[in-house]
Amino acid sequence: MKDWKYWLAEQRGTLLAFVTFIVMFAIYVSNHPAGFTANVVQTAANKGVLLAFVAMAQALVVITAGIDLSVGMIFILTNCLASWIVVGTPLETALGIVGVLLAGLACGAANGLIVIYGRLQPIVTTIATGAIYFGIALLLRPFPGGGVNEDLADFLTGKIWGVIPVSLIVLLVVILVVWVPFSRSVMGRTAYATGSSEAAAYMSAMPIRRAKFLTYTLAGLLAGIGGLFLTFFTYTGEAALASGNAYTLFSIAAVVLGGVSLYGGTGSAIGAVFGALTFRAIGDLLFVFDLDPLWQPLFQGVVLLIAVSLGAFGLLRVRNKLDWFA
Amino acid sequence: MHGANPLFRMEGVSKRYGGVRALDHAELTVHAGQIHGILGENGAGKSTLIKIMSGVVAPDEGRMTLDGKEVSFASPAAANDAGIACIFQELSLVPHLSVADNIVISNPPKRFGMIDRKKQRAIAEEALARAGAADIHPLALVRDLPLSRRQMVEIAKALARKPRILILDEATSALTAADVSKIFAVLKRLREEGLALLYISHRMHEIAELADVCTVFRNGSNVATYEAGTKSDNEVVELMIGREYTNVFPPKAPVAASDNPPVIECRRLSWADQLKDISFSVRAGEVVGLGGLDGQGQRDLLLALFGVLRGVGGEVLIEGKPVRIRGPRQAKGDEIGMALIPEDRKTEGLLLPMSVRDNLSFAALDRVARAGVIDRAAERSRIDEMIRLLAIKTAGTDIPAGALSGGNQQKIVIAKWLMNRPRIILLNDPTRGIDVGTKQEIYQLLRKLAADGAAIIFYSTDYDELIGCCDRVLVMYDGGIRRELAGDGITEHALIASALNVEEDSMAEAVGA
Amino acid sequence: MSDISSGRGRNGIWKRIDPAVATAFGCIVLLLLVGSLYSSNFLHLEYLLLQLKVASFLGVIATGAMLVILLGQIDLSAPWAITTGAMMSCAAAAYGPTGVALAIPFGILCGMAIGIVNGIGVAYLRIPAMIITLATNAVAQGLMVVYTGGFSPQDEATEAMRYIATGFLIPSVPNAVLVWIVVGAGAVFFLSRTTFGRAVYGIGNSERAAYLSGIDTRRILVLAFAVSGGLSALGGVLLAGYSSKAAQSMGDVYLLPAIAAVVLGGTSILGGRGSYLGTVAGVILITLLQSILSVMQIPEAGRQVIYGIVIVVMLLLYGRAPASR
Repeated sequence: MKDWKYWLAEQRGTLLAFVTFIVMFAIYVSNHPAGFTANVVQTAANKGVLLAFVAMAQALVVITAGIDLSVGMIFILTNCLASWIVVGTPLETALGIVGVLLAGLACGAANGLIVIYGRLQPIVTTIATGAIYFGIALLLRPFPGGGVNEDLADFLTGKIWGVIPVSLIVLLVVILVVWVPFSRSVMGRTAYATGSSEAAAYMSAMPIRRAKFLTYTLAGLLAGIGGLFLTFFTYTGEAALASGNAYTLFSIAAVVLGGVSLYGGTGSAIGAVFGALTFRAIGDLLFVFDLDPLWQPLFQGVVLLIAVSLGAFGLLRVRNKLDWFA
Repeated sequence: MHGANPLFRMEGVSKRYGGVRALDHAELTVHAGQIHGILGENGAGKSTLIKIMSGVVAPDEGRMTLDGKEVSFASPAAANDAGIACIFQELSLVPHLSVADNIVISNPPKRFGMIDRKKQRAIAEEALARAGAADIHPLALVRDLPLSRRQMVEIAKALARKPRILILDEATSALTAADVSKIFAVLKRLREEGLALLYISHRMHEIAELADVCTVFRNGSNVATYEAGTKSDNEVVELMIGREYTNVFPPKAPVAASDNPPVIECRRLSWADQLKDISFSVRAGEVVGLGGLDGQGQRDLLLALFGVLRGVGGEVLIEGKPVRIRGPRQAKGDEIGMALIPEDRKTEGLLLPMSVRDNLSFAALDRVARAGVIDRAAERSRIDEMIRLLAIKTAGTDIPAGALSGGNQQKIVIAKWLMNRPRIILLNDPTRGIDVGTKQEIYQLLRKLAADGAAIIFYSTDYDELIGCCDRVLVMYDGGIRRELAGDGITEHALIASALNVEEDSMAEAVGA
Repeated sequence: MSDISSGRGRNGIWKRIDPAVATAFGCIVLLLLVGSLYSSNFLHLEYLLLQLKVASFLGVIATGAMLVILLGQIDLSAPWAITTGAMMSCAAAAYGPTGVALAIPFGILCGMAIGIVNGIGVAYLRIPAMIITLATNAVAQGLMVVYTGGFSPQDEATEAMRYIATGFLIPSVPNAVLVWIVVGAGAVFFLSRTTFGRAVYGIGNSERAAYLSGIDTRRILVLAFAVSGGLSALGGVLLAGYSSKAAQSMGDVYLLPAIAAVVLGGTSILGGRGSYLGTVAGVILITLLQSILSVMQIPEAGRQVIYGIVIVVMLLLYGRAPASR
């Protein structure tokens, strides 16, 4: 076999996610009353980018065969925090942004500490820490309110050269600065190895615990970036439990649509980004086809159900039933 | 050779797991440029010895010296850095990473803090070539490789670390004969290069071919160290088990079995590319072996009979009636009465944390229950019967199965199926990795079961077992039955010749050349 | 060595008690003592019975959660299975006398339907339980939103629902507690005495080994998820009877407590190990904790934080996985 075939095999999940996104987005745009215009793309990008950040966060943890059910709550917490501190002069705003990112980082690090060094199960741990983060968010913002540096917000949610949404550029920069170095570092490889076979990674003397800790921490950071962007879009902070739960749920949907195996070891955060954009495009089809918004939760639930069931087609190819239990 | 200073020395090393003393003041001296064979029954302390040397576990007491300097390894990484690389019995490769990723896994080449993929590939190609496996593509994912190829990658991976001491723990157990001979050539070359090699194997002839020095372990301590070739196989086995070692195999039944009608018959069985046009039958009272090189479809054949595989073509007849077996649940029912002793007792045979009782009755729950409610008295009496029949050594039926020794665990796997009183018994390499004493008991049990009227299909990777235990042997090659041997025709020569799919004459030539 | 102490059986329950279960009971005593320092009511029988009544809602839901966790799976669809059970039983009441009579079974049946979808997803489609149950949770939520139009439903709980939640069949012992006792006794019986229970523990330890032993693993999985969904819905029915009506998101607050109760009670989240006694301890522990927090009049935000921290700390104390080396 040629080298590129091996590469294709390795990137299959991500590529599939990319193709799915193109198809879904094409359906969305072609049925949109306004058609393929810069504004439509901008709106879609802004909504998609929020989920994309949270989905990247989830993907990092899922690659190590972990799960973070608190990403939605970190997203909400950092939103509430940003609505307090990302205001005022440029310097104050900058410090505020740093503060918000550090808060996200700290939440992720706390998850990592408890899961890895405390040796607790990630599902239960992150449900519990999610409750804590939501409680803090509620302390910060018992009622929706607050503000944000609106100049910055308008810039980051606007377009550059009248065409390209700035939010997409930020997303790209975050991918380049966070994901790419991570995936090519020893830590990144360890993360994949741990997700694929923790025993083998241990036998190979890989820094498993540091790598896992790093993924949870980076997940917190990425969810924090998401929360920051939420503030830029809404100009307020709101401790909305339903929204936090929804983002956690959608992040998992995005990861699945993005070709990241929930069993760990394969996929990429880039795939998850396309998964997030795909999920958004599918969700928005409802509006394009002019259906009652009341149906949206059901529609999204069904999309998720179908997405996770699609993997079952692989079972038809399984000829040894023992492979079911792998 | 003995005049030189030893490269590595271990003195008075002990290790306890709970109440069990796995290693008891063990001594070992390793010289550079030697292949050192380590022998011993399971539970003799070999695995613990290796784990301590490679930093996987820490010893409770004792000292280790490398080049005369005292060392202790806090982790596998520390042992690696000191120049000790280990190839473990359980594969340590990461399935979703590429071959190259795996080879450099513990110390990848870096550029600007990131992994240098070009250099990594060069290292991998070199290591693969050194391991005699240049045909493996460095970008292939490990999970897509067959088991024997993975073992080659494992060896390449160890070599890439440029070790001074290389430990091989049952490293050839998954390899085909062709690969084994390649590996041996590589190991001998490494010896010339001045490496010290520790070679642990259950296969005596491998040790005999490779080792310069041998050390025998028993009950956690080294009982003898001798120059290779100075002791006979029988003497070595006696050292290992500490008692007279006679008559491993029980006598075979007279050929009377051939009068019985077949209990199970297969006609033109096929599955995917793995099984091709397989037809055979087994009579009550017969032990039929499956031979051939590892991975020629023997395991798949057993799974296919047990209903685990989907899309199996051909026909299976039980006592003359065609049946379609859809899964283990149907296979174990009275209609068919089949049992499969699976390959891996730890993940497929046993529920390790559960009690001996729960394990023994697990496959026969329907038989000790009424309307889904377990009849504890009936359960207990059946279990007691099994424990007696197989002489399972356990401190009680409430202790977890995982606490027993490997041999006793394997007995439980067999016993739990005998609870169903099956008439067709499939065994998938049941003696792999268990001690000589238990093996012997299993051979006797098989004979007894056959004498009681069971039809037994027995896959083994050990030729001696096939010769000693089976009435007939079906030698498989590339998914089909290559040859059937029977009675006195089951010889090592015939087994190997048909396993390699060569005529016996040309085999003789090949050996001569 | 080979003689067997077969006479011992399972009666030595106190000898074999799990340290985690003992710790959980210890924590219960500690909480009661701490509570009694705060308010003398804490050691009164009425207060304890009231707590037991509140605990019984959680107890019923946690029983289902435990069954699934023993299999090595998890059921995150509990929130909307609870809500669906509550809403559908109330909704049935609007359909005349037949509807009133069938309200409770209908609610439970709806919960079981969710569970069956979960079970099919896990057993036949091999979707990770966490994911499929999140998805069915979302679908159940979507269905309920469509059904109610997004508002609190106007249907009221039936007399029977109120009776099983708040009535007294035995004087001073709330009926809800009786329901929990019946559910719990059933769980203990099925887990320890039946082939179903053995299969559950077996699958939790190694599904592969269980399958190869001829256990119909898929049927057991579907059954367990169905029971879990049904018990969640029963919890919802009780809750609806307790407050006379169903409400949006009424189940959301039960997910973490139910799982926490099971895990704090010593059941391994990886499956295969755990006793119902532990779950009982975990349920009472969680209920007392909630009660103390509300007696102390800590606002919702603070309660969430304390609650999360306490669960993490308790898990750190004795819910940890063994060290790898």
